[in-house]
Amino acid sequence: MIRKLLVSLVSGLMLTATAGMSVMAAEEKSDPNKEQFFPVLSYWSGPFAPGGSGIAGGWMDYMALLNIRDGGVNGVKLTWEKCDFGYVTERAVECYERLKNKGKHGAAVFWPMSTGTTYALMERAHKDKKVLLHMGYGRTDATDGRVFPYAFPAMTNYWNQSSAKLRYIAQLEGGEGNLKGKKIVNLHLKHPYGIETIPVWDKLAARFGFEVTHLPVPWPGIDQKSLWLQIRKIKPDYVINRNWGVSCTVPLREAARIGFPRDHIIGVWWCGSEEDVIPAGKSAKGYITATFHATGPDFPVIQEIFEHVYGNMKGNLSAARVGSVYYNRGVAGAIVTMEALRNAQAKFGNVALSGEQYRWGMENFNLTAERIEELGATGILPPFSMKCDDHEGSGQVRFQQWDGTKWSMISDWIAPYHELTRKMILDSAAKYAKEKGITPRSGDSMGSDCG
Amino acid sequence: MPEELAWFLEVLIAGLLSGVMYSLVALGFVLIFKASGVFNFAQGAMVLFAALTFARFLEMGINFWFAAAITLFIMVVLAVIIERVMLRPLVAQPVIILFMATIGLNYFLEGLAQGVWDTQVHALDLGIEDVPWQSVMDATNILISLFDVWAAVICGALVVMLAYFFQKGRIGRALRAVADDNQAAMSVGIPLQLIWAIVWAAAGLVALVAGALWGQRLGVQFSISLVALKALPVLILGGFNSIAGAIIGGLIIGAAEKLAEVYLGPIIGGGIEAWFAYLIAMLFLMVRPQGLFGEKIIERV
Repeated sequence: MIRKLLVSLVSGLMLTATAGMSVMAAEEKSDPNKEQFFPVLSYWSGPFAPGGSGIAGGWMDYMALLNIRDGGVNGVKLTWEKCDFGYVTERAVECYERLKNKGKHGAAVFWPMSTGTTYALMERAHKDKKVLLHMGYGRTDATDGRVFPYAFPAMTNYWNQSSAKLRYIAQLEGGEGNLKGKKIVNLHLKHPYGIETIPVWDKLAARFGFEVTHLPVPWPGIDQKSLWLQIRKIKPDYVINRNWGVSCTVPLREAARIGFPRDHIIGVWWCGSEEDVIPAGKSAKGYITATFHATGPDFPVIQEIFEHVYGNMKGNLSAARVGSVYYNRGVAGAIVTMEALRNAQAKFGNVALSGEQYRWGMENFNLTAERIEELGATGILPPFSMKCDDHEGSGQVRFQQWDGTKWSMISDWIAPYHELTRKMILDSAAKYAKEKGITPRSGDSMGSDCG
Repeated sequence: MPEELAWFLEVLIAGLLSGVMYSLVALGFVLIFKASGVFNFAQGAMVLFAALTFARFLEMGINFWFAAAITLFIMVVLAVIIERVMLRPLVAQPVIILFMATIGLNYFLEGLAQGVWDTQVHALDLGIEDVPWQSVMDATNILISLFDVWAAVICGALVVMLAYFFQKGRIGRALRAVADDNQAAMSVGIPLQLIWAIVWAAAGLVALVAGALWGQRLGVQFSISLVALKALPVLILGGFNSIAGAIIGGLIIGAAEKLAEVYLGPIIGGGIEAWFAYLIAMLFLMVRPQGLFGEKIIERV
């Protein structure tokens, strides 16, 4: 009896080992030239996990959709590895170093997932020839691709967002002429991310004649009573909510307490998720934020993710969060990432690409309305194109309002004051170039397709 | 009332009431320090764990008081486990070893809370409106939050309860004996392990109350563990082993940081309240190292 049991056990183990070896053999057979590796740096733990997990979930789900439905991108399978840095910059740099050489030519593109990480990786990525795609976060002057060849704040940056906010406020007030004499409080985190928009608000105030007061929120911003008492005294017409995580929610509670109308608080897109408003309960009703993508599950591409990815139990997030703000931000970013890959493949072939080749895909990016329609993403992101000296491309922003249960779009795409921000971007990039001894690319040095 | 005076009083009262919320967190630290001489680095994580557990039970549709009771029971079980697994093997070890153990416990509890429940933000409604106290507002134009007033009342009730618990009865006497000298207390037959478990359970209760009140204001999320940062200057100022010190320290820190932010902030750039609280605590430390109500320790060689 015991002998029989031992024989069965040994046979079982041998079978398992054989099966394991077969799997390994199959894995060994995969062609590295036909796989494009994507490092997924994000945060699934710590204070900002709702944002990190949501965005990364949308990104990975979109890649899973392409693998399941289309067999990858033009026959190139998409592979990825997660690295949880908990929103700690040093850990993000560690993740970058660990994953940058994975894949046939190493990773081609990184999403740094925080302004701090973007700053920390800027020079390394340039040296390593890895693209940094930092959609919707700093640093803004990386829009000037002549100075920052590998950094792409695609779609829109913070300065353009701020100026688009003012254009939206002007619409609410009945025209730019009515901005004169108005009071705006810029409530911002006392942090590089928080202070990045101070110069643009000062310029806008000087140009349109309104008064701006910058009120810094000390980290982590869990008690903002003294600031809101000052706001009660200032009696502003609008408050800009430029916070992150828990410090986004606190102003909504404080505003309710002092009776400040929530529909006169305009939040940054990092303060415009369900996670920011639900904890504030009814205090959040009416609150408005900027955004650079649409929210909700009612888009063909999101429905396809439900069908192909979640239908096959391959989802990377709780299904209840599919279609949420952060999730759709991840999908929008993934669409840009994959369309740039297709672009680069059209030039360099349907094989694993390097960071340098991938950058070509980004600098010759042209996402048309027709292509967005084909992707089932009409409304999720606007048509836009990028080029060598413009790594942003669109700059347009929409506005959404929380009605107590869901976000609803309340504006069309609103253009920023490009003529004002572009000059600021070029000046700031030139200053950076001078500090670092960088000669900005121009003409032929940007490549024949980019001159 | 002159406008400037009303404004000053509004900031002062808001600061005092904020201070009460800080004291609430500081109380948990004080309880454990009093009984064991250990600075419990994990108190913030305990607040997170309690609040998250409570919020998730409420989301499951469990009755408010029943959810609070189950959460309290879980905090008691947690206290017993901490005593058995972490504290008991470290009896008679230097205090720094116990402190290091609580650092480990902090990260473990943060991970456990997010692992067992999740990393999402959860709304918590205690049914207390965060609106101005209208009659005071009408009479004086001073804005006082009703939520803050309720928080102060709840904190007061908790302090009375804890003070009674520490002063009266056999357990109270045993607690004070352990707090005074745990080796001597053990030598006369006081069960140190039981007392430690009781104290950690009481700190769990404080964590639940603090977590629920802060949770309504911030939403129950990881950041709630950061409220511990607000308690540290309170402890330095009030003394680590005094319940009264935690309350008075909270009031002083709350009022001082709000007044500094409003009156000094605009002159030196703003956003100063976070470090200003520590500055006050540090200055106070130089004058009175044991804190306002802390016991002066004299060691004879």
